[in-house]
Amino acid sequence: MSTAIAESRKTVSGTKPATPSRNGGTYLFLTVMAVLWLVPFVWTLYTSLRPKSVTDAHGYWSFGGGITFSNFEVAWKSGFEKYLLNSAMITIPAVFFAILLASFVAFAVSRFSWRFNITVLVLFTAGNLLPPQILATPIYQMYKHLVLPLSFADSGSLLDTYYGVIIINVAFQVGFCTFVLSNYMKALPSDLGEAALMDGASVWRQYWAIIMPLCRPALAALATLEVIWVYNDFFWALLLMQTGSRLPITTAINNLKGEFVSNYNLIAAGAMITVIPTLVIYLVLQRQFVAGLTLGSTKG
Amino acid sequence: MSASRSGAPVKDRRPTRRGTASKPAHKVKRFSTTDKVVLTLMVVGPLALEAVLIWFPTILSVGLSFTRWNGLGDLSTIESAGWANYDYVFTDYPPFWPAVVHNVIWLVFLGAIATPLGILFAVLLDKKIRFSRIYQSIFFLPVMLSLALIGIIWQLIYSGDNGLINSALGINGTHHAINFFGDKSINLWAALIAQTWRHAGYVMILYLAGLKGIDPTLKEAAALDGASFWQTFRQVVFPAMKPINTIVIVITIIEALRAFDLVYIINGGTNGLELLSALVVQNLLGEGQDLGVGSAIAVVLLIVSLVPIVFYLVKTFRKDAES
Repeated sequence: MSTAIAESRKTVSGTKPATPSRNGGTYLFLTVMAVLWLVPFVWTLYTSLRPKSVTDAHGYWSFGGGITFSNFEVAWKSGFEKYLLNSAMITIPAVFFAILLASFVAFAVSRFSWRFNITVLVLFTAGNLLPPQILATPIYQMYKHLVLPLSFADSGSLLDTYYGVIIINVAFQVGFCTFVLSNYMKALPSDLGEAALMDGASVWRQYWAIIMPLCRPALAALATLEVIWVYNDFFWALLLMQTGSRLPITTAINNLKGEFVSNYNLIAAGAMITVIPTLVIYLVLQRQFVAGLTLGSTKG
Repeated sequence: MSASRSGAPVKDRRPTRRGTASKPAHKVKRFSTTDKVVLTLMVVGPLALEAVLIWFPTILSVGLSFTRWNGLGDLSTIESAGWANYDYVFTDYPPFWPAVVHNVIWLVFLGAIATPLGILFAVLLDKKIRFSRIYQSIFFLPVMLSLALIGIIWQLIYSGDNGLINSALGINGTHHAINFFGDKSINLWAALIAQTWRHAGYVMILYLAGLKGIDPTLKEAAALDGASFWQTFRQVVFPAMKPINTIVIVITIIEALRAFDLVYIINGGTNGLELLSALVVQNLLGEGQDLGVGSAIAVVLLIVSLVPIVFYLVKTFRKDAES
């Protein structure tokens, strides 16, 4: 009796009774692809750890010869320390403000009925989907023609300042964050706010003390995702920064090839240094990152 | 414009007693003045930022495309040019049509190879399979990397002198070496393989999340009816994945239109790697600065981009608009 149930359950829970050959093919395919997927990464890591003298003598397609961290040291001293710091100076405020501003809009449009709710959401969502190059020329000229006191920006304008890069990143990311947060807030029970209103709580209190704490999971996921996206942004700093030492790391690697010419060990080490912050997030917060990605897509 | 209008809450709609149980609308009741000010600021602040830094420049791009300006002099040196820039771009500007073709190839490649590969990964990994998490983590790894960095990493694979492929074949540094990124007849495909390395993992994750959300009894019922794995996928799973399919389609198109970082890192978007986005930047930062021509190309890119954007917005917000 019990075996019969177990038997029938097996058939039901698997979409099809697994035949070894079918699954064998799946495993073979996935394993081959997984190995292929790892090759570029492993090769970069391997190259970065090899002494230049060894690869010079035996070529890159060779094995043994010991490992070294000196490539990392040289790359680090050539400016990567500064570039990483620049990335932090841009990424942290940009993500903070993008999510803060998005939570304002999301709260207002998802918890109350306004005539222009949808218009607002459409404007924000669409803005996030535009290719940034469409705005590049006007943004560059607007930044250039905005006269700022030299005490504020040594360029006398928004060009070549961290503020400039931060602001445009905020503007670009706030659309996606608004979309995600408004969906999340809409799913919260509506009587939460009503009850608070009855108790005489102000709108701000509703936002800060009731809705925001409930959004913590979404905020964490979104913050993880946005940190990676802003950290990985290449274009805005390329367009708006002029002083090389102010570049964030993702844009600075554009100069790697020129700087280290054909020293592939150094280029690989530089690439690995760039990967480290992402890798830490990948290992520690992968679940949050994936949750952030899928939050934006779960709307029916 | 709409910023100021939408800044005001809808006029106090008192809850009616028409028994509207089907729609639990959270209508605004009474606001204190402070509440009104707070709510208005909450919307108007971010909206102003969005208007000034996204929509105003978009409109300016359209305006600039009808002018002649090298961007160096002040605003008074802007001259009207009518349709001359478009005329020039469509008929005389050598890299324009190659760029259009490359963008189309980019889209077709992602749509025909990279996206289906990601879906295939997701479908296979959604089966009860051992080590599923490990496979997922591996395919997902490149999604965390910037496309600029992906360009650098693949340079180490592709280079004619010291790259992995040529070195492994023993032809590196010889005249037999294949210069994947330098040879204009193949560098587009080499770049697309590098892009696929990232794109497939992205699609896989989105699709997996969707697959996990499907009611398993649906699949079981199909299996009991004797449907094969692929029949179940085609007839049960795929239709149930409509929202995710929309997202995947839109992401694929948008990625193809946005492609920039990778080709810029490889060679600035020249010599076989021309893309519309790269041409805009070349006309902005390059030597022969011509903002009018760059803007005309940006407008072409804008018009094409609006197709998937509007498609997505309609799919996403139509239901909201009706309710």
